[in-house]
Amino acid sequence: MSRRLLRTDRPMRWAQSAFKTRNGTIYTVLIVVALIFPGFADITTGGEGNHLVSTAADAGVYVLLAIGLNVVVGFAGLLDLGYAAFFAIGAYTYGMLASSQLAGSPLHMSIHLPFWLLLFVAIFVAASFGAMLGAPTLRLRGDYLAIVTLGFGEIVPRLFRFFGAGSPIGNWTGGVNGIAAIDPPKLPAFLSGPWFGTNWPIAVVAPFDFSDGNWAPMDYYWLIIILVAICIMLVTNLQNSRIGRAWMAVREDEVAAAASGINTIAVKLLAFAIGASFSGFAGCFYAAKLSLVSPENFEFVVSVTILIMVVLGGMGNIPGVILGAITVYIVQFFVLTNLPDWSVAVANAVGLGGIVPASADGSWIGLHDQVQRLNYIVFGLILVTMMVLRPQGLFPSRIREQELEKGTAEESVFDVREGVD
Amino acid sequence: MVAAWKGTRTALSGTAGTWLFVGVATLILLILLVPKAVGNPPFFFQILVYGLADGAIYALIALGYTMVYGIIELINFAHGDIFTLGAFIAIPLVGIFGFTDATPFSLGVVVVLLGVTVVTMAIDGGINILIERLAYRPLRNAPRLALLITAVGMSFVLEGAMYLWRGANNVHFPDVLPETRINLPGGASIGVKDVVVIVSAVVLVSLLNLFTDRSKLGKAMRATAQDREASQLMGININRTIAATFFIGAALAAAGGIIFGLYFNNIRFDEGFTAGLYAFTAAVFGGIGNIQGAALGGLFIGLVASFSNAYFQAALTDVWIFAILILVLVFRPTGLLGMQVPEK
Repeated sequence: MSRRLLRTDRPMRWAQSAFKTRNGTIYTVLIVVALIFPGFADITTGGEGNHLVSTAADAGVYVLLAIGLNVVVGFAGLLDLGYAAFFAIGAYTYGMLASSQLAGSPLHMSIHLPFWLLLFVAIFVAASFGAMLGAPTLRLRGDYLAIVTLGFGEIVPRLFRFFGAGSPIGNWTGGVNGIAAIDPPKLPAFLSGPWFGTNWPIAVVAPFDFSDGNWAPMDYYWLIIILVAICIMLVTNLQNSRIGRAWMAVREDEVAAAASGINTIAVKLLAFAIGASFSGFAGCFYAAKLSLVSPENFEFVVSVTILIMVVLGGMGNIPGVILGAITVYIVQFFVLTNLPDWSVAVANAVGLGGIVPASADGSWIGLHDQVQRLNYIVFGLILVTMMVLRPQGLFPSRIREQELEKGTAEESVFDVREGVD
Repeated sequence: MVAAWKGTRTALSGTAGTWLFVGVATLILLILLVPKAVGNPPFFFQILVYGLADGAIYALIALGYTMVYGIIELINFAHGDIFTLGAFIAIPLVGIFGFTDATPFSLGVVVVLLGVTVVTMAIDGGINILIERLAYRPLRNAPRLALLITAVGMSFVLEGAMYLWRGANNVHFPDVLPETRINLPGGASIGVKDVVVIVSAVVLVSLLNLFTDRSKLGKAMRATAQDREASQLMGININRTIAATFFIGAALAAAGGIIFGLYFNNIRFDEGFTAGLYAFTAAVFGGIGNIQGAALGGLFIGLVASFSNAYFQAALTDVWIFAILILVLVFRPTGLLGMQVPEK
């Protein structure tokens, strides 16, 4: 106790201890970057930083998703290949209950519930679906579970697409077009009132008005930063709790865990439901920010992208997973999007301009288009090389590292072939 | 609730369960389909044939899933893309002979097609051996999760390679089989194409069955599937046997790819994703690890898909198939013929 007091009385000591561990360093850097990013974006783009800030807020959604999937894959060791389904469920929950969509449904009335309430509703709905899917399937072996979740992940967007206009039970989800014009979040007047923002001589704080096109990107950015921070705290506490230790035990040796009195099914179900709830949470924010949900946003590629984030960062290690999510997001939406233009510029600069245009007979589609097709293979190669060369990820959790290097003794007790319950 | 659920599951395992399982499935099909069949028999027959042809292709893919799962317990996620790759390899090979849609059908065409099929099977099998060597073998003792993630990655690599090569549009496969239809009594008819597809699948499955039952390598494969360490002690070269399994699985999938190309005349780089999932459902339905099961499952899934497309909501076909997958895994993970699989 006295040592703690001694530490806190000198601020520099705090800074030293923050950098003492690797995770502390990562968190500190992340916080600093998050705080200065909007200013940085504004300066580098000459006052037009809104687009960058908005993109960063989208990246935050993926950070949330990666943190959630990490609970399932990293902590409990269950492979969920249909994670985007819960994302979709969260997004559609918000979309349907905060837009005029249901006016066209057999209900004939539009529902506009507040964002802050629906955040919790989305968590609850997604977690319930997670529990409903998990309860009968978590007894299965790990790879069967992966396939069941994959099947679920394929079913959900198809159902959302089907229950649009012309479905037997009426138009609930908007079908192929999805749901548009979804309400933005609104803050109560005492928070968003006139003392904030441009009405003042000096705009100290951005007005928290999510429908103001000028300020919305910034508002969403801060909102997602706050949400991510809350989630990190929750998940870190979970990891160090009794449940977190149970997850670790189940992951490493299910037989031993069961023998030590852990209810393995309940513990796995909890991981699955908590993972799903994070996804629903992220989906709700995503729908509000985009103001549009459509079935195409939740395809299998999304699930795999989130999985790549978790694997690349280091399964089981929260700061690692966050860095993994940011890295993959930058690769996908910045590097791979701009790569075609860059490669054309490089080819022109080094005198290979001849390979840029497409050939007349169509046998060569041009450098730009060819490079544009790289995304799938890049993602696949990241997954394969990571798993073969460094399965513990870039920033591994120390326990998981040992496990992945040496392998676990044997797999689950619930061998389906034997039909044992 | 849990107790009731456990009861259902117990009732569905065992031999009696097999009959219950088959009985319930048949009953549902009869209730749904008999009115349609009576309403328009020739159309029903056509849908049936179509489903069988479609199912034959799924069966060929499902065999690869089931064999690989039987031997190293890996859901080889990339297998569906190996199927697409078969068609993609065959298209330029067929192109060498200058085949187009207008090429008249002759004995020469048959010989060329057979030759192309054999070459494609060999190339595709070789690629699958390479994948196993580079991506799966280093992880053979790692947690299964790691292996499965690698397989998902490999699937993306293959799809990415095909996307780089041919882009996102449908790639055309020359339509060289005759469009002739054979008239049957009662107003029904069957296309020569359908017959070719079904017959070639039956031939391939029988060959495979013969191979695993009679040949030395087939015996080694069955032994390895049953107990890897023990078969190693008996002098079986495990690595070679596993490589052979991957080769055969890919060769069958490649044949499936060519048949798909000949039948539908169009294939896309990501065709293998859905087709692979359908085939995996077939393998699980039939009892994973079981060759006859995979063949039967393939036909069943083909029929379900075809009936659903023709008589019910086509937009929901995928949903039904994946629902079958989930339900079978939950209530009877051993599948239809799973009890015949040796215990591990």
